[in-house]
Amino acid sequence: MSTIDTAHSMAAPTAATWSPSIKRLAQTAALCGLGLVFISLIGMPVKLNSRALIEPILSRGYASLAWVPVMFGYVVTKQVVLEGMVAQKRGASDVAEGAIVGAGGGLLLGILGILIDNFDLRDPLLNWSPQLLEFITFGNGLGFGVMIWVVIGGLSGAAGAGLHLLPATIRRFIMVIVVAVVGISFLETAATDLLQGLRLEFVSDGIYSKTSGLTIKGSVITGAIAAVALYGSQQLQQRRLTRLSQAPPAASGFTPGAAILNSFGDARSRLKVGLGILALILLPMVLGGIMNELLANVGLFLLLALGLNIVVGLAGILDLGYVAFFAVGGYTAAVLTSPNSPWLTPELPWFVAIFIVVVVAAIVGLLIGAPVIRMRGDYLAIVTLGFGEIIRLLFLSDWLSPMFGGAQGITNIPGVQVAGLANVKGTDPRAVFYLVMAFCAFAIYVSWRLEGSRLGRAWMAIREDESVAEAMGINTVNAKLMAFVTGAILASLSGAIFAAKVGSIFPSSFEILVSVIILVIVIVGGMGRIAGVMVGAAVLIGVLGGPSQPGLLQELAEYKLLIYGALLVWMMLKRPEGLLPNVRRSRELHGDELTQDAWIKSQVAAQDEIDSDGAGSEVPS
Amino acid sequence: MNRLLDIRNLGVVFGGLSAMNDLNFHVDEGEIVSVIGPNGAGKTTFFNTITGLVHPTSGDILFEGSSIVGLDPSAITALGIARTFQNVRLFANMTVLENVMVSQHCRTKQGAFGALLNTKAFRQEEQEIRERAHEVLSFFGSRLIGYRLDQPAYVLSYANRRRLEIARAMGTQPRLLLLDEPVAGMNPKETEELTKLIGRLRSEWGFTIVIIEHDMNVVRDVSDRVVVLDHGETIAQGSFDEVSSDPQVIEAYLGRPVEKK
Repeated sequence: MSTIDTAHSMAAPTAATWSPSIKRLAQTAALCGLGLVFISLIGMPVKLNSRALIEPILSRGYASLAWVPVMFGYVVTKQVVLEGMVAQKRGASDVAEGAIVGAGGGLLLGILGILIDNFDLRDPLLNWSPQLLEFITFGNGLGFGVMIWVVIGGLSGAAGAGLHLLPATIRRFIMVIVVAVVGISFLETAATDLLQGLRLEFVSDGIYSKTSGLTIKGSVITGAIAAVALYGSQQLQQRRLTRLSQAPPAASGFTPGAAILNSFGDARSRLKVGLGILALILLPMVLGGIMNELLANVGLFLLLALGLNIVVGLAGILDLGYVAFFAVGGYTAAVLTSPNSPWLTPELPWFVAIFIVVVVAAIVGLLIGAPVIRMRGDYLAIVTLGFGEIIRLLFLSDWLSPMFGGAQGITNIPGVQVAGLANVKGTDPRAVFYLVMAFCAFAIYVSWRLEGSRLGRAWMAIREDESVAEAMGINTVNAKLMAFVTGAILASLSGAIFAAKVGSIFPSSFEILVSVIILVIVIVGGMGRIAGVMVGAAVLIGVLGGPSQPGLLQELAEYKLLIYGALLVWMMLKRPEGLLPNVRRSRELHGDELTQDAWIKSQVAAQDEIDSDGAGSEVPS
Repeated sequence: MNRLLDIRNLGVVFGGLSAMNDLNFHVDEGEIVSVIGPNGAGKTTFFNTITGLVHPTSGDILFEGSSIVGLDPSAITALGIARTFQNVRLFANMTVLENVMVSQHCRTKQGAFGALLNTKAFRQEEQEIRERAHEVLSFFGSRLIGYRLDQPAYVLSYANRRRLEIARAMGTQPRLLLLDEPVAGMNPKETEELTKLIGRLRSEWGFTIVIIEHDMNVVRDVSDRVVVLDHGETIAQGSFDEVSSDPQVIEAYLGRPVEKK
């Protein structure tokens, strides 16, 4: 039912007759079909089909299509229930609508099969191929293909719509189980690697099939573990809430409830952070080279994103040319440490060079920042975009090639000599990861300290309303320059580590795409939140992969940018505040509410005595 | 009396439109002056010009005897002029406490290094900022303290936002406080309460106050002197009673009378 339909039927809630809007069903079915055709034509199913999701019954290729009708079936029967209104009864009609949408979508995919059979459009459409036809028809002829897709679509759509019939808890369990099974199956490489490191090969042998994907037994086990985990966490949360609500309210100010929550919360979060750090220290020891490499990349981008988070998230300066400072850091480190540098060859040790890198980055930040910072909003974004490209093109130019080697770049950059311990370079990703982690810890400390300081508050005020911040006595030009320079320094650190890790440096590593991806990390994770940025870096770089670095889902590497784009659009529509919602005060929502309730109760009592004519009119009820 | 603010022959031209025209105005130390006038008379432009958001095209503004024309808004605030905004412009996603803490920026000086090293001076200053913010917020009774301290400004009720605007301006520790329609949108009870507070702002905090207001009851109750603006010019000034019976003022508000009562 559409929102409008729902609103109509609200007038007569007894009207339980099935009156779907044909137009809406047709539209959704068409969208569903287009989704299926689109995914088929970008070649995803054929490419993924060689591997299984669940060994004998579901291949990754078919899974990459099956979710589409499920989703559309779910969406088409979604109701928006307004507060105080009676929700419509769910029933068979919902399932029927979902089935129609799914079947319609499946039909379109079948038609694509017929078209592939009769026309050759391979020239513009690379994946218009016999393999795709074979995939669609299951190798059983066109008639069977069309029919089976109508059936698959219809069943999937009905399943999606049927989710509405289930209670929310069960729906949640199903979601978690599906995500767990799909996730564990796709993460086969990583999980095997990790389990091997932990000497738990028997687990991976147990759940994964010999060829690829989970076995049926494996998926049942995975699903069961996920369900138990979810149940456990729900129970824990429930117990915590009861404990909070039972705490008696005090006479004034803060309640014991709040005190318990705070100490409890602090101890808990401290424990969590401690465990997290311990895991990060121990993890690389049990992981293989590929996984450590991946973690090191996550760390490099995290360092960049933390810097950009100060610029964009805290101070609200939309910098689209952030990669410039990454490049400056990388090139400065290269010039200072590499014996092959065409210009200066001081061959300084990395840890000495890093200080000069920081100074150079700060100067470049000031030089670029000073003219740029006076602009606002869109203009500033465009200008920084330009400066980002200018820096890259300067490193690429013939004019500066006697200094920076032009397109040949600078090679033979030695690693990082850690006094008497190790030489950290790309061949030892574990050591690189530890190095990156140390710098990330530094960056997190810097972000955290600055955020809660006078400067951080000034940045936030500028982000909120620049003219008012200026009128409240904040020298906005200085404060913004500080943010810009701090961001530049953090990016240059990442650049210097990058240079030492890769061992050579070329202008092509500093494409504009890098700036965009760092920005996406910050936005997806949650602007202005350190934890959000960490999640963003882990999800985007770790799972999907960086601009030229592979992620966990290596099979999807080709579609990385597509997924980035889709994710960004979805985030902007559904969750513009980022994956991690407001954790700025790191207070849990429910605790807050309870504290507030207790406080209001005590205040209302006090207020009544002082002021009996109801001045407390705005105390929320 | 000591002249705190002295404005001489002020003119502001936007494009070809003259918003302020040869305006003369002064405020003595410890005075409460109301600026009234019909919509579009140039009252808010007047405030914007004093606080440096708009640069005058002619004339001079003297604060404590020295010119502040051409200074950045932040520098003017640092000299001791603070304002509120007619269309409430709080830092919506910052908490109530932070809004007042941030406004003490120009009175404090700890930079990045103090914060990173968590020096003693830094901690001490943070403590002072926090205490002063509490002190300022307590001025409004229980309205802005308690659990509200940590609430983001956007959840506040309209009247509380107006109060917080004033608290934020107080945080800059000004000598001259410019209030732009402080009771707009408040109910009669809240208006009465705030009117009393405006008087206390002078008696307890020692601010000199210029206030733009449409509510004539408030104007009558708080002001020592009323200045009437129309078309960017002063058309009358004096006590409330003098001004309210001035034919030019009545004309500016109601138009030229066709027939007299």
